[in-house]
Amino acid sequence: MSILAYNGGAVVAMKGKDCVAIATDKRYGIQAQTVSTNFPKVYQMGPTLYVGLPGLATDTQTVFQRLKFRMNLYELKENRMMRPKTFSAMLSNLLYERRFGPYFIEPVIAGLDPYDNQPYVCNMDLIGCPNEPEDFVVSGTCSEQLYGMCEALWEPNLSPDELFETISQALVNAADRDAISGWGAVVYIVEKDKITEKHVKTRMD
Amino acid sequence: MALLDYCNLNEKINLKPVDALASFQNDIVGYSENFLNSTQLATPPFANPIETLAQFNQHDETGKSIKIQFDHGTTTLGFRYQGGVLLAVDSRATGGQFIGSQSMKKIVEINDYLLGTLAGGAADCVYWDRVLAKQCRLYELRNRERISVAAASKLMANMVYNYKGMGLSMGMMLAGVDKRGAQLYYVDSEGTRTPGKVFSVGSGSVYAFGVLDSGYSWDLSDKDAQELGRRAIYHATHRDAYSGGIVRVYHISETGWVNISNEDCSDLHYKYAAEKGNADA
Repeated sequence: MSILAYNGGAVVAMKGKDCVAIATDKRYGIQAQTVSTNFPKVYQMGPTLYVGLPGLATDTQTVFQRLKFRMNLYELKENRMMRPKTFSAMLSNLLYERRFGPYFIEPVIAGLDPYDNQPYVCNMDLIGCPNEPEDFVVSGTCSEQLYGMCEALWEPNLSPDELFETISQALVNAADRDAISGWGAVVYIVEKDKITEKHVKTRMD
Repeated sequence: MALLDYCNLNEKINLKPVDALASFQNDIVGYSENFLNSTQLATPPFANPIETLAQFNQHDETGKSIKIQFDHGTTTLGFRYQGGVLLAVDSRATGGQFIGSQSMKKIVEINDYLLGTLAGGAADCVYWDRVLAKQCRLYELRNRERISVAAASKLMANMVYNYKGMGLSMGMMLAGVDKRGAQLYYVDSEGTRTPGKVFSVGSGSVYAFGVLDSGYSWDLSDKDAQELGRRAIYHATHRDAYSGGIVRVYHISETGWVNISNEDCSDLHYKYAAEKGNADA
């Protein structure tokens, strides 16, 4: 079994009209054994910037701490907020530093640009190859299922409410076809001056 | 040829052309082995299948290791108590980490007084349970009485023992009532066959045992026994990634088996959470 699937978990992010959404499951397990059902893999990195780090849980935490460190350094030096695109480049750089002994996470980034409010989503492989599509990104142990759900449900210019419904349905139904994802979910809807955090009830088996 | 006959060589060396060997009868047997005899599976075309098969199943022709992943995750349990036998199972079928089905029937109704549970390779369990059902029915017709659970479990154990070491994977419980009362047996593909009071089988069995052992007593009422089985399976589905779906509960008494309930794990979770006064969990 892949080390990327040792702990299980899934993250998905989507663009809407003047908004983005990012959602994560809450399972933390060791192979088949569900240890905790309160382990979201998405962190807030700025007022309108989120990163999801599904994969090996120990690396989820390490990479988050290293990211926070580099980001603080940047914002202290530059005295301005980091753009999502810059954040992606920084994360990509951080991951490629470990090209020959990678962190076992496949990140998802979602946010609004603090300067022009453009929605932004991005995902990467574990050594930092970025992918910035116009619709949605997925990652984690049920990425195939998530791709299927997103291809079917997503459409352009979704309002924040519609986006919440779409991303929740996509994540919940994808996780229901994966043995090691699920056990609760968190959805963040990011708008210009408003963040909505919703905890979604799911199957608990 | 006369010389061959004279020397009696024909019996030792076969000099007939290949076509003459392939008689019609051989064809019938060769192309329909388990159609005519369901316990006769095709043997792999090499000597010492037990050792040789293992090598073939582990590595492909380039020496890379192969992983055949089929349904392994399951939680099943069964126990005897004053009111008969109780069986409870989940309904999830997984291939690796992919959930193939959430509605599998892991309790097989062999006849009105005999049930079998499935754990391990799905195809193995389904196939051999069906063969067992046939054998049990034949026994009934031949002997004009129902087969005992002991005899049925021994039929099963002996059938799968013939294939020991060739990769069959199953752990099943046989439960029923016969002349001797309520009976419960555990049979697996390693050849184990043992009667007992409390069993749990499958990847979630450790969690099920935790609940089962703490709540079990011989004097349980029917209602309490059903709830114990249900709870044990529910807790196993919560902790074990490879168990889930529907919790099916069956009860067997002198009058035969009854399907008590089939409840969705999700409904059970929020019902139990509400009972604990914890509406959000």
